[in-house]
Amino acid sequence: MAQSLTSPVTPAMPADWRDLLALTKPRVMSLVVFTALCGLLAAPGAVDPILGFAAVLAIALGAGASGALNQWYEADIDAMMKRTAKRPLPGGRMERQTALHFGVGLAAFSLLLMYMASNLLATAILAVAILFYIVVYTVWLKPRTPQNIVIGGAAGAFPPLIGWAAVTGDITALPVLLFLLIFLWTPPHFWALALFMQSDYAKAGIPMLPVVAGERTTRRQIMIYSLLMTAGAIAPWLLGLTGAVYGVTAAVLSAAFCLLALDIARRTTQPDDKMKPEKRLFTFSLFYLFVLFAAVVADRWVLA
Amino acid sequence: MTDPEFDEVAFRAQQRRNANVTAMVLGALAVLFFAITIAKLGLAT
Repeated sequence: MAQSLTSPVTPAMPADWRDLLALTKPRVMSLVVFTALCGLLAAPGAVDPILGFAAVLAIALGAGASGALNQWYEADIDAMMKRTAKRPLPGGRMERQTALHFGVGLAAFSLLLMYMASNLLATAILAVAILFYIVVYTVWLKPRTPQNIVIGGAAGAFPPLIGWAAVTGDITALPVLLFLLIFLWTPPHFWALALFMQSDYAKAGIPMLPVVAGERTTRRQIMIYSLLMTAGAIAPWLLGLTGAVYGVTAAVLSAAFCLLALDIARRTTQPDDKMKPEKRLFTFSLFYLFVLFAAVVADRWVLA
Repeated sequence: MTDPEFDEVAFRAQQRRNANVTAMVLGALAVLFFAITIAKLGLAT
């Protein structure tokens, strides 16, 4: 006791706001915001611009909260991977408890804002999305199974569903198909990344598919899921839920996606391989999703 | 008694930066909540 009174007291440096922002994974958030906005704009009926903005902001904050809680839980794993070692927690720029408080507070606020701006259904789906990402994906699946990305992909597929529900208060076939599209897009997107980052994942003990099942299986699975994703992408058009603007875009871009996936499926990693086809598919997959969701909105406006 | 290596100037500067950002965020939220209220009143009428 006496020692604690006389020993030097060093107050912990407060976390920088930029590090708090980094906790929310802003780059991931941009895709979440865009798909949510497209779900909102593609939904039938008009939404007040302010309420629409608040709903999209709530989804962004919910995604940010998920990112913060994910980094809080995975701080030890992040420290072992080159790609994530400089994040605020493994970088030692923030106390772990700060990230936890920030994440929980942000999650609660995002739900409150969503309820104020829209309705109970959209709020409930947002809550499920946050919990799914943290509990089902981060805590349960990711450290245990190479299927982590397949099932966990659902967490990232919720935003268009929430955007749609925020406008209409219900869920119909089109938002479910948009959910399915992101769900089927996630495995080839992440497995392409896992192929050129596999040594990182292996070092951290994360059972990604290339680490557990090997490269050949991963390359084959990328091809299979790309074909499934193509079916999911053109389904809204075939079912008459969208018009030709979306349909032609989906068909052309999905064909390009499959060709890039085929490139990956047919090759094996060479010594000193730069993994260019894998990096190309990863980059293209981001472009693909952005353009396809923009096409859903463009299609609705053309039809309107 | 404080640690001789503790940099109080940097500590206070960090606090001030965070306080400024917090104030801006809270100000933006106050405007947003006001706008939401007005938008909902508009819908109600």
